[in-house]
Amino acid sequence: MKKYYSFFKLRFATGLQYRMASVTALTTQLIWGLMECLLYKAVAEATDGRIPMDYSSIVTYIWLKESLYVLFNTWAMDNDLFAMITSGDIAYELCRPLSVYSMWFSRMTGARISEAFLRCIPVTVCAFLMPKPYRMTLPVNGAAFLFFLLTLFLALGITITFCMLVYMLCLFTVSPQGWRMVLTGAVEFLSGNVIPLPFFPKKYLFLVELSPFAYMQNVPFRIYSGDLAGAAMYPYIIKQVIWLAALMSAGIVIWKLAEKRIVVQGG
Amino acid sequence: MKKIKIKENIKLYGKYASVCTQSVMEYKLSFALMLIARFLIAFCELIAIKFLFSGFTQLKGYTYGDVLLCFAIIQMSFTFAELFGNGFKTFSGMVRSGGFDRVMLRPRSLVFQVVASRFEVGRTGPLFTAIITLALGIRHSQIDWNPMTVWTFAAMIVGGTLLFIGLFVLEASFCFFSIEDTSLINVLTYGAKSHGKYPIDIYGKGILRFCTYVIPYTLIQYYPLQFLLGKSDDWYLAFYPLGIVVFLTVCGFVWRFGVRRYKSCGS
Repeated sequence: MKKYYSFFKLRFATGLQYRMASVTALTTQLIWGLMECLLYKAVAEATDGRIPMDYSSIVTYIWLKESLYVLFNTWAMDNDLFAMITSGDIAYELCRPLSVYSMWFSRMTGARISEAFLRCIPVTVCAFLMPKPYRMTLPVNGAAFLFFLLTLFLALGITITFCMLVYMLCLFTVSPQGWRMVLTGAVEFLSGNVIPLPFFPKKYLFLVELSPFAYMQNVPFRIYSGDLAGAAMYPYIIKQVIWLAALMSAGIVIWKLAEKRIVVQGG
Repeated sequence: MKKIKIKENIKLYGKYASVCTQSVMEYKLSFALMLIARFLIAFCELIAIKFLFSGFTQLKGYTYGDVLLCFAIIQMSFTFAELFGNGFKTFSGMVRSGGFDRVMLRPRSLVFQVVASRFEVGRTGPLFTAIITLALGIRHSQIDWNPMTVWTFAAMIVGGTLLFIGLFVLEASFCFFSIEDTSLINVLTYGAKSHGKYPIDIYGKGILRFCTYVIPYTLIQYYPLQFLLGKSDDWYLAFYPLGIVVFLTVCGFVWRFGVRRYKSCGS
């Protein structure tokens, strides 16, 4: 009996460790979200009514950003994959009778969805319990929610295919960390993570919308919060599909090129 | 006798710094990219402020130039703190690897070794952004530069640096009490860096109180800023940053208390 009890204790302690980590993450995200809500409240007061997004839409946008952070976070790339590339373990991946691109793609998607699923529940619950002006709202109607889910998956696809391109880049250079930081820093800003894209002045917004970055978190979050609705939605969804296809084909082509010149040193 | 020791320590610090720099310089491209990336990330925040301010001229009474000054000061403080206090920031790694045991055996002060051993030049990237922001801020705001305002400005930066170093020391001290994730403190450091670019009172009374009585951010930001921007004529506000010394002393006590309880966990 004592043995089993100690196993129980061991697992329990391990579980608690992780719980502590998730409590930490939750607190961090709530504080972050709340501070942003307060900032935009001041912004809303300053613009008196001429704000590019409704205040309640901004609040919902912020909470969605916090709760689904893991899905669109380009910082947290799979470090195992980087390690595989630099250590030469990639040779094992090449031996498998599978396409490496698809394998890595599904691996990343799975990891992101499972983590996001666990993380989004507590943040969303808290966001719905916030005092009034800072409370997250439900989507305007059922259709908006369905479109939100659809565009969420498309946006996730675009984010992951973009990350795949960054991995591919690492097959061509020996110092991946620097490139990774430059690229992810730029994406964070251009995808509307620092300030929502509607706050960009018109001419810059036009440029950003020519890039794939405007079709990441920007689209689903704005559909959910009601900022993007009706016919204005469709061009965004079509462009999402186009970018997803384009980035994926680019990734596959680059992988084909890289595959030919991979040199595995040592082992 | 004591004087010689200080001289020796400075010499040793220089040696540590040059060794750290040399090791980074082995990977020049990676170093350059890291520097650029950190610069870019901070620069994006500057652009975000510019974009937000395109919709209005005053945020709770602060002009674009005022916010830029505030941003530059916080950014500089944080960068200097990261540059000189990086040892405390990465201290958990040192404890985990058992490196701290070795440090304790050497005939030099602990704080000195922890600080000197992790000097990282790559951290200076945001400093370029801060200098650009500062230039823009000075041009856009109407500050009457006299010895008193120059002192306030300098005191804010030095005080801010010390405040952030104090927080890093607290973070490091937590490693003595718990092996768990200390990322909760990140809210206080990174959170203050990213939200502290706006004068604290725009977030409302509650946050202002928290930032005065719990962690004294307002001593280096809100109060001296009132004097610097000419919103208040109370000269004593310019000396509020000196209060950080008290905070730093408290952090120092926590550190000492922690060191006394330290049990090695490395190998």
